[in-house]
Amino acid sequence: MTDTVAASSTLPDRAGTTASPRGPKPKPWFTTPRVIMYSILTVACLFYLFPLYVMITTSLKPMPEIRFGSIFALPIEPSFDAWVKAWTGACTGLRCEGLSPGFWNSVKITIPSVIASILIASVNGYALVNWKFRGSEIFFTVLIFGSFIPYQVLLYPLVMLTSQMKIFGSLWAIILIHTIFGMPILTLLFRNYFASLPEELFKAARVDGAGFWRIYFEVMLPMSLPIFVVALILQITGIWNDFLFGVVFAGFQNNPMTVQLNNIVNSAQGSPEYNVNMAATILTGLVPLIVYFVSGPLFVRGVAAGAVKG
Amino acid sequence: MANVVVARRAPAKGVLGWLQKYVFRNISAKIAALPMILTVLVVFVGGMLWTVFFSFTSSKMLPNTNFVGLDQYVRLFKTSRWNVSVENLLVYGSFSLVFTMVIGFVLAVLIDQKIRFESVFRTIMLYPFALSFIVTGLVWQWIMYPELGLQKAIRNLGWESFTFDWITNSEMVIYALLIAGLWQGTGFVMVLMLAGLRGVDQEIWKAARVDGIPTWRSYIFIVLPMMRGVIVTAVVIVGSGIVRLYDLVVALTKGGPGISSQVPATYVYDYMFMANNIGQGLAASTMMLVTVLIIIIPWAYLEFGGKRRAQ
Amino acid sequence: MQNNSVVINDLSLSFGNVKVLEHLDLEINRGEFLVLLGPSGCGKSTLLNCVAGLLDVTDGQIFIEGKNVTWEQPKDRGIGMVFQSYALYPQMTVERNLSFGLRVSGMKKDDIERRVKRASEILQIEPLLKRKPAALSGGQRQRVAIGRALVRDVDVFLFDEPLSNLDAKLRSDLRVEIKRLHQRLKNTMIYVTHDQIEAMTLADRIAIMKDGIIQQLDTPHHIYNKPVNLFVAGFIGSPTMNFLNGTIENGGKAIKVDQDMISVHGYEFGGAVPANGTKVVLGIRPEHIALEDQAKAMPTSAEIEIDLVEPMGSDTLGWTRFGSHSLIFRCASEVELMPGKKMLIGFDTARGSIFDEATGSRL
Ligand SMILES: Nc1ncnc2c1ncn2[C@@H]1O[C@H](COP(=O)(O)OP(=O)(O)OP(=O)(O)O)[C@@H](O)[C@H]1O
Ligand SMILES: [Mg+2]
Repeated sequence: MTDTVAASSTLPDRAGTTASPRGPKPKPWFTTPRVIMYSILTVACLFYLFPLYVMITTSLKPMPEIRFGSIFALPIEPSFDAWVKAWTGACTGLRCEGLSPGFWNSVKITIPSVIASILIASVNGYALVNWKFRGSEIFFTVLIFGSFIPYQVLLYPLVMLTSQMKIFGSLWAIILIHTIFGMPILTLLFRNYFASLPEELFKAARVDGAGFWRIYFEVMLPMSLPIFVVALILQITGIWNDFLFGVVFAGFQNNPMTVQLNNIVNSAQGSPEYNVNMAATILTGLVPLIVYFVSGPLFVRGVAAGAVKG
Repeated sequence: MANVVVARRAPAKGVLGWLQKYVFRNISAKIAALPMILTVLVVFVGGMLWTVFFSFTSSKMLPNTNFVGLDQYVRLFKTSRWNVSVENLLVYGSFSLVFTMVIGFVLAVLIDQKIRFESVFRTIMLYPFALSFIVTGLVWQWIMYPELGLQKAIRNLGWESFTFDWITNSEMVIYALLIAGLWQGTGFVMVLMLAGLRGVDQEIWKAARVDGIPTWRSYIFIVLPMMRGVIVTAVVIVGSGIVRLYDLVVALTKGGPGISSQVPATYVYDYMFMANNIGQGLAASTMMLVTVLIIIIPWAYLEFGGKRRAQ
Repeated sequence: MQNNSVVINDLSLSFGNVKVLEHLDLEINRGEFLVLLGPSGCGKSTLLNCVAGLLDVTDGQIFIEGKNVTWEQPKDRGIGMVFQSYALYPQMTVERNLSFGLRVSGMKKDDIERRVKRASEILQIEPLLKRKPAALSGGQRQRVAIGRALVRDVDVFLFDEPLSNLDAKLRSDLRVEIKRLHQRLKNTMIYVTHDQIEAMTLADRIAIMKDGIIQQLDTPHHIYNKPVNLFVAGFIGSPTMNFLNGTIENGGKAIKVDQDMISVHGYEFGGAVPANGTKVVLGIRPEHIALEDQAKAMPTSAEIEIDLVEPMGSDTLGWTRFGSHSLIFRCASEVELMPGKKMLIGFDTARGSIFDEATGSRL
C-alpha cells in the first residue's frame, strides 16, 4: 500500500490529501480469520451450553413429550412438576423422599467443613509465612505433594482411623475428611497470599508487642477478606460436588446430594422418569452454579490459585 | 520471609534446653500448625505407608497381617477386570490429556484475540468446571442415551442412519467418558492458559511484530515455550485428576456395559467396599499411587531440582 | 534528496474516550537523534508506538523516508525498535534472537549470517552468540536488543526507555555506547526517556512533551537556556530553576519581587516588552547565582542567610530565602557554606528567563 504520491514529492502534503492514507487503516468489519475465529468460538460455546439446555428443557417436559419428541425441542407445555417430584418424591430404592434430605445433608456437611478447613488453613498459611519453625517448610511440601496422592490410596486408612475414633458413618467423619483434604490447596492459597503482604506490617506488629494470635486476628484477618472469599468459593463448590467421600464416610442417613442424585438416577426401580432425573440433576448443580455466576472473576482466581505452585 | 526469633533467654542446658530449643520456641505457631502436621504425618505419610504395607497381606473383610508377598499383585494382574481398567485409563488418559491441553490452548489463544464479549465466552466455557462429575455424567448419560437422546433427535431430523450409541457400545464407551470429561475440564485448562498468555510481556509481542513474525508463529515459537511453567502445572493437575477418575464413570456408565468402562478407581472401591477383599483393593490402589509418582517425580525434579541448580 | 526522515502530520490518538495525542506535528531530520522527554504518562511511548505501527492512529499521517506508512505493518516501515524490558525471546540463543525475524522473512542464509556477524561486531557481543538471554547481564541483554534492531538494516531506530532497567553505572556506559553507535551508523533515532541527563547528552534535538503535546522542540542548549514556558523550565535542570514571582515595572526595565526591584537590563524579550504591572515569573538557574565578590559584579545582588547546605561532592547546593521565595544556588565545593552564615548573592537577569504568570509562556 505504498503511497506513490507522497513518495515522489519531497515533502508530504501537510493538508493531507484524501488520496493519501490518513487516520486509522480502514478495516472491513469482517475478515476471513475473524469470521473463522468467531465461528469456532460459537461452536465451542454451543457444545458447552448444549447439556445445560438439555437439562433445563428436559426437566420442564412431561414424559410423553420426552418419549415422542426430540431433546432439541423446547417444551410445549412446560411444567415444574418434575422439579417438585425431584425435590420431594423421587425414589432411591424403597425410600421416596426426593432430593431434599440430600440437600440438607449437603448443607450440614458443607457449612462446618468449609468453616473448619478455611480456619485451619488460614492459620497454617499465616504460620508458614510469618512464624516459620524448624521443619515447617518440609511439612508444607509434603502436604502439597500429599494432595496428589489418589484418594483411593488413603481411603481405607481413613476408614480405619474414623472407625477408631468411633465417628465412621457420621457427619463428623465426613466433616473431618473434607477438612483434611481441603488443607493442601487452601494452605497454599493462604500462604501465597500472606507472603504477598508487606512483611513490614508483621514486623511492626511484633515490635508493638503483639503475639501470634493477636497479629492473626487484628492485623492479618482484616486485610485478607478477598482471599477468604476465594477460599470460600473454592471450598463450597469442591465439597458440594464431592461424591466419593460422601459415599464412603457419611453413612446412609447423611448421604450428600450428589450421592442421593446418583442413587435416584442410577438405581431407580421401575421405568425411569427422565424429566425428574434432569430436574434432580439441575437442582444438585444449582448451588455451585449460583456460586460460580455470582462470584465471577473470583472463581477464576480460585481456580488459578490452585495452579500456582508454591 | 520473616523468620522471627523469639527473644532469647540464656540457653539452658540438658533436657530443659532441648525443650526450649525445639519445642517451646514459636510454640503458638506449632500448636496452630498441629492440624497440618497431623494431617501430613498421620493421613498422608501414615496412610500411604499403611496402604502399601497391607497390600502385601491377605486381608479380606478386615485388615490382617498375614503376609503373602506379592500374591495380591499377581492376582491383580491376572484379573481381566483390572487389565481392562488399566487399558481404559491409558486410552482415556492419553486422549484426555492431549485433547484437554490442545483444546484449552487453542481456546485460550482465540479468546486472547481481543474479541468482543470475551467474558461471556469465558464464562460459558468454564461453567461446567463448577459442576460435579456426577451432574456431568448424568447429563451426558441422558444426551447419549440412544433411544431418546441425541441419536434419536438427529434421526428425527431425517438422518436415519445416524448412530451415537457409545455408552451402550463396549468399544466406544471410553470415548463417551472422554467427551464428558472434556466438556467438564477444558474450560479450566483454557483459563490457566489464558492467564499464562496474559502474563507474557507485552513488549515481546511488539518486538515480534516489528520483526515481522506472523501471529501464529509467535504463538508457537515464542509464547508457547515461554509458558512452560503453566503447561507443566496444567499437565500435572490434569494428569493426577485422570488417575483419580471415579465419579464420572459411576455416574455415566457404572463401569459398563459389562466391565468395558471400568477404571482403577472403581476397581479399588468395589473390592474394598463391595467384594470385601481389602488386600486386592489396597494392591490396586498402590498401583494407582505408583502411577501418580511416575507423573509427579519427574515434575518435582524439574521444578525443585532445577531451582536448586540455579541457586 | 529530501531532508526529512520521519514526518508526523496532524497525529491524533485516543484510547476510547481518553485522548492521548492530539493534532501532533513533528519532523525529524535524516540522521538526527531526537529524544522525546516528558513526565510519566505524557504519551511518549504512545507516540513511538504510532511511529512503529504498533498502535493504529486515530487520525493523521506518518511518513518515513518520504513514504506514507500510516497504514503499513511495523515490519514494512523500515524501523527497528528497542524496548525497555529488552523483549528478547527467552528460549532462543542470542544468535537466533538476532536472526529470527530475518529467517521468517525468508532471507538467504549467508545474508543472515553476514548481518548477524556485522551487528555482533558493532555491539561486541560475538562471544555471547550461543547463549540464551537468561545467561546474560542486563547490559548485555540490552545490547542484544539493539542488535536485533541493527540486523534489520533499517533507516530509523526507535528506543523506548532502553536504559531504565539498568543500574546507574551501566546506564552511563551504555549511554555513551548508544551515542557512539549513532555517530557510526548515522541513522535517524527516536529515543524516549524520562531521564533528563540521557536526553541532554544524547540528543541533537529534544522534544519535551506534556499531556500529549510537544511543549518545545529544540537543541538541548536552547531548551536549557531558553525554555519556552514554565513547564519546560521547571522540568529541565536539577535542582530545578528558582522561580520568583513579581510584576513588571519601569516600562519593562525591572521586575518588582516583594519589595526589591530587580533590573531586567540585557534581557531580550521575545515579543513586545510587557506593560507595567504584568504579573511575571522570573526564573534563575541555581548555577547562575554568584556569591560574594562575584556577586558584587552582578546587576542584582542581595544579602541572604543560608538555611541548609547540601554537599554533592563535585559541587554544593545552598538553600536560602530571597524575600518570600526560597532559593537554591549551586557553588563550587570549595566554598565554605554554613547554615546561618550571611552571604552576598547576585545574578544577572539577562541569563534568566521571564514568563508570563497567567499563560506560563516565555516573554
Ligand atoms: N491501552 C491503553 N488504554 C487506555 N489508556 C492507555 C493505554 N495505553 C496507555 N494509555 C494512557 O495513555 C497515556 C500515555 O501513555 P504512555 O504509555 O504513552 O505514557 P509514557 O509517556 O510512555 O509514560 P512512561 O514514562 O510512564 O512510560 C497514559 O495516560 C496512559 O494511561
Ligand atoms: Mg512509556
